Amino acid sequence: MSDFLVEMRDVRIEGRSDETWMPIINGVDLTLKKGEVLGLIGESGAGKSTLGLAAMGFCRDGVRISGGSVTFDGIDLLSASAEQKRQLLGKRIAYVAQSAAASFNPAHKLIDQHTEAPVQHGVSGKSESAADGIELYRKLRLPNPDEIGFRYPHQVSGGQLQRAMTAMAMACRPDLIIFDEPTTALDVTTQIEVLASIRQIVEEFDTAAIYITHDLAVVAQMADRIKVLLKGDEVEEADTRTMLSTPTQEYTKSLWAVRAFERPDKPPVATDATPVISVQGVTAAYGTVDVLHDVSFDIHAGRTVAVVGESGSGKSTTARCITGLLPPRIGTIELDGEPLPLDYRKRSKEQLRQVQMIYQMADTALNPRKTIGEIIGRPVEFYMGLRGSAKRKRVAELMDQIELPADQYIDRLPSELSGGQKQRIGIARALAAEPKFIICDEVTSALDQLVAEGILKLLARLQDELGLSYMFITHDLATVRAIADEVVVMKDGLVVEQGPKRDMFKPPHHAYTDLLLSSVPEMDPDWLTNLLKERGVDNIGDAAVDKMS
Amino acid sequence: MSTVLWILGAIVVLLAGGWVMRLAGQTLTGNKPFFRDMPLAVAFGYVLGAALLLFGIWYYFQPAVTADGVPVASVQFFRWAVQGVLIGAAAAFVFRLIGRTVGTAGSRKMFRQMPLTAAFGVLVILIYALLAIFAPALAPHGQEEVFGQANIVPGGNPALGGNPDFPLGTDQIGRDILSRLIYGAQNTVGIAFATTVLAFVLGGTFGFLAATLRGWMDQVLSRMVDVLMAIPSLIFSLLLITVASAWVSGFGLTVAMVVIIAVIDSTRVFRLARAVGMNIVVMDYIEAAKLRGEGLPYLIFREILPNATAPLLAEFGLRFCFVFLTISALSFLGLGIQPPLADWGTMVKDLSAFINYASFAPLAASVPLLAAGAIALLTVAVNFVVDWMLNRSSGLKD
Repeated sequence: MSDFLVEMRDVRIEGRSDETWMPIINGVDLTLKKGEVLGLIGESGAGKSTLGLAAMGFCRDGVRISGGSVTFDGIDLLSASAEQKRQLLGKRIAYVAQSAAASFNPAHKLIDQHTEAPVQHGVSGKSESAADGIELYRKLRLPNPDEIGFRYPHQVSGGQLQRAMTAMAMACRPDLIIFDEPTTALDVTTQIEVLASIRQIVEEFDTAAIYITHDLAVVAQMADRIKVLLKGDEVEEADTRTMLSTPTQEYTKSLWAVRAFERPDKPPVATDATPVISVQGVTAAYGTVDVLHDVSFDIHAGRTVAVVGESGSGKSTTARCITGLLPPRIGTIELDGEPLPLDYRKRSKEQLRQVQMIYQMADTALNPRKTIGEIIGRPVEFYMGLRGSAKRKRVAELMDQIELPADQYIDRLPSELSGGQKQRIGIARALAAEPKFIICDEVTSALDQLVAEGILKLLARLQDELGLSYMFITHDLATVRAIADEVVVMKDGLVVEQGPKRDMFKPPHHAYTDLLLSSVPEMDPDWLTNLLKERGVDNIGDAAVDKMS
Repeated sequence: MSTVLWILGAIVVLLAGGWVMRLAGQTLTGNKPFFRDMPLAVAFGYVLGAALLLFGIWYYFQPAVTADGVPVASVQFFRWAVQGVLIGAAAAFVFRLIGRTVGTAGSRKMFRQMPLTAAFGVLVILIYALLAIFAPALAPHGQEEVFGQANIVPGGNPALGGNPDFPLGTDQIGRDILSRLIYGAQNTVGIAFATTVLAFVLGGTFGFLAATLRGWMDQVLSRMVDVLMAIPSLIFSLLLITVASAWVSGFGLTVAMVVIIAVIDSTRVFRLARAVGMNIVVMDYIEAAKLRGEGLPYLIFREILPNATAPLLAEFGLRFCFVFLTISALSFLGLGIQPPLADWGTMVKDLSAFINYASFAPLAASVPLLAAGAIALLTVAVNFVVDWMLNRSSGLKD
C-alpha cells in the first residue's frame, strides 16, 4: 500500500480520429498525496483535461486509456467494475466542470441537485444533506445561504453557481476533487471570490485536488505542486515556489515570460488633432432599458484605446454603437470629424470600409464553408473592385502581412487552421478593407497565452506600419498593459475612469479601477493570501462591487 | 387471460436465460468487463434477440405447402421477405466492394466509410434512376399496350398459370406489369422529384428571408405558413386538386398537382430553413458581412445557404419520400397521375382486390405488392441514405 491517494503510472491515452487511434497522452506519471493540491497547466490540446478525467478512471467518448495504471487509494481504477466505480465517483471522487451553468440541470433547484449524490450513495438522508448543503453554502460565503439553494440555476449568477457546484462536489466529503478550469469563464472580480472559497474549503476538509487551468497566476495561488504538460508529454513538475522562481525547461520559461510583453509609451497626441473616431455622449438602449449612459471618448490616429470592464459593463455595446448595429438613442459618432449615420444601413460603402472589426471567437467569425482565399478575397473584391489574378495577388500580400504562407493556406477551410491562425485570418479580413480604425473585441481571450502574445505583437506591428487606430475591448488587464496607449474603464454602462495607460496603472484610482486592478492574480503564490489579509474576505469580488453601487 | 400468462412466462424464462448467460459469460471469460458490467436488461435483450433469430430460422424451414397441396401463405411470404433482405444485403455488399476498388481516391474513401445500409440505399436509388431515365429502352412493352390475356400471375411459370412473355404478369385489363413498373419509376419518381425541388426552392428562399429580415416580414410569412399547416395536408391537397380539376385536365391537372403539393410541402421546408437560418444569422461572419454592406441575395445564397446544406439535404430526402407517398396516395384515390400513364399508386389501387387471394394463391396475391414494394423499397432506400448523410454531417461538425 503506497502513501499516495492517486497514483498514475505511465498513463497512455488515445483518441479516435478518422478511423485510427491517435495518442493524446504519452506515458505520464501523476501522484497525489492526501490533502495535496496539484496544478495541471498547459495550452489547449495539451491533454490536461483528459489526464484529469483519467485520474477518475474515466474517459470521454472516442477516447481510451491504452496503457499504464491508475490507482486510487489502493483500488485499480482501470480494472474496477462499473459497480465499484459507481461507489467511488461522486462519493470519494468529485468533479467540478468549467461551466457550472452547463453542468447544473436547469429543471431542478440547486439544493435538490446537491442532495442527490449523498442520498444515492447512502451517505446521509435528504434533510440532513440539505442542512449540510446550507452549511457549505455559508462556508463558501454565498449570499443568503439559507435560501439560495431553493433557487433554480438560472436565478443565480455565474460566480455563485460555480461555488454552488463546489459545494455540491463537497457534499459527500470526497477525498479527491478534480477542478477543470473552474474560473476560466468568470470575470476577474468574481474569479477571486471563487478562488478564495475553493482554497478555503479544500484546506478545511483536507481534500486532495487536481486543479486544471491554463492561467499560471491562478494555479500559483491554488496548488502545492505544479505539473506542466505539452502535447501529451510532461514538461516538468515541481512544487509551486520552485516552479515559479526557477523553471528548468525552455517551454516553461517561455510560458512565464509571456506576460512581459509591453509596448513603450507613445508621445502624447497634439491637442488640436482631429480624432479618427470620436464617441460623443452616447446613450444606448436595448428595448426601453438604457445600457449605456453618456459615454464619450476619442481615438486618435495610430493609437490604441483599451476599453476595460466586466461582462455586462457595456464594452461590446459601445462597439455595436460605433459600428452602427445598435444606433444610439442620444449622442453621435464621428469619423475624422464628420458625423457617421447612426444606423449602419445608412452608411456609405466608404464609411463602412473605414471601420472594421475583429471578433473574439474566430470560429464563428469565419464562414466555415469558405476557403481562406474567399474570406479574405471578398472585401478586396467588394471594396477595391479587384478580380481574378489582381485579387489573388492582393490576398497573398495580406496573408504575407499576417505571417501565413499564402500558397499553403489560401485554399484551406477555417476548420483546418489552429485557433491562432484563424484569428490571423480575421485580422487579414479587416485589413483587406484598408480601414483607418479597427475594433478588436476580446481578440485574445479565447487563445492560449503564447498564441495570444503572437497576435498582440502582430497587431502592434501592423499599427506601426499602417498607422491604424484600435479600440481594444478586453477584460484582461495584462493585455491592456501590453498594447494600450489609453484606457477607458467601464462599469454598468458608465465610463468610470479614462486616461493614458501609465496614469491608469498608478494610484490614485477610482475605487472600481482599484478593485479591478487588485483582483488580477499575480504570479506570486502569496498574492491571494496577502490580498485577503489586506482587504478582508468581505471586500473582494461581487460583494465589493455591490458595496460600490 | 392465458395469452397474458404465456407472455409473462416467456419473459420470466428469458430473464432466467439472460441471467444464466451472463453468469456463464463471466465464468468462461474470466470476468471480462463486457460480461462483468452487463446489466440484466441487456442480457435479457441478447437472449430475446437470440430466441427470435432461432424462431425465424425454424419458421423459414417450415413447409410452404401442406401435405394436401394447399400453400401456406404466411410461410411463403416470410421466405420471400427473408430472401429479399438477404439478396439486398448481398447486392449492397458487392456494390460497396466495387465502390471501394474503382473510382477516384475520394469516392473510394467514401465507400470505405459507408455503412451497408447506405450502400443499399445508394444502389437502389441508382437502379431507380437508371430505370426512370431509360424506361422506353428497358421496358419490354409500352405502358399503355393492352394484351389479350388479363390477370396472368407473376413468375412466368406456365405450370402455375404464368407466361414467360410477361415475367411479372399482366393486370386486370391485360397490360404488362413489368413495363408499367418501369414506366412508373419515370412518372411517379420524376414528378415527386420535381415537386420536392419546387417545394425546396419556395420554402428555402422564404425561410432564409424570414430568418434574415425578422420583424414584420417574418411575422407575415410565419403566420401564413401556420395557417397552411393547420389544415391536414392530404385533405387540403385533395380539396385543391378537386377545385383545380374544374379548370384543367390531363397534363394540366398533373402540373396543378405538382404546384399544390409543392406549396403545401414548402411550409415544412420553410420552418426548417427558418430555424436553421436563425442559428446561422447570429454568427459573427454574418454580422461581418452585414457591416461590409453586402446585399440580401449575397447574405442568403453565399453566406447562409452553404452552411445550411447538410440539414436541408437530409430534409430533402425525407421530404421526397413524403411527397412521393402523397402522390401515390392521391393516385390511389384517383386524383393523382391520370391513366393511362403508369403510376405505382394507381397500380396498387387497381390490383388491390387480388390481396384477397392471399390465403390460397400467394402468387396471385403478390401482384399488388409489386407496386407497393417498389414504393416501400425507394422510401427505405432514401431514408438509409439520409440517415447516413445526417451522421456524416453531424460528425463533421464537432
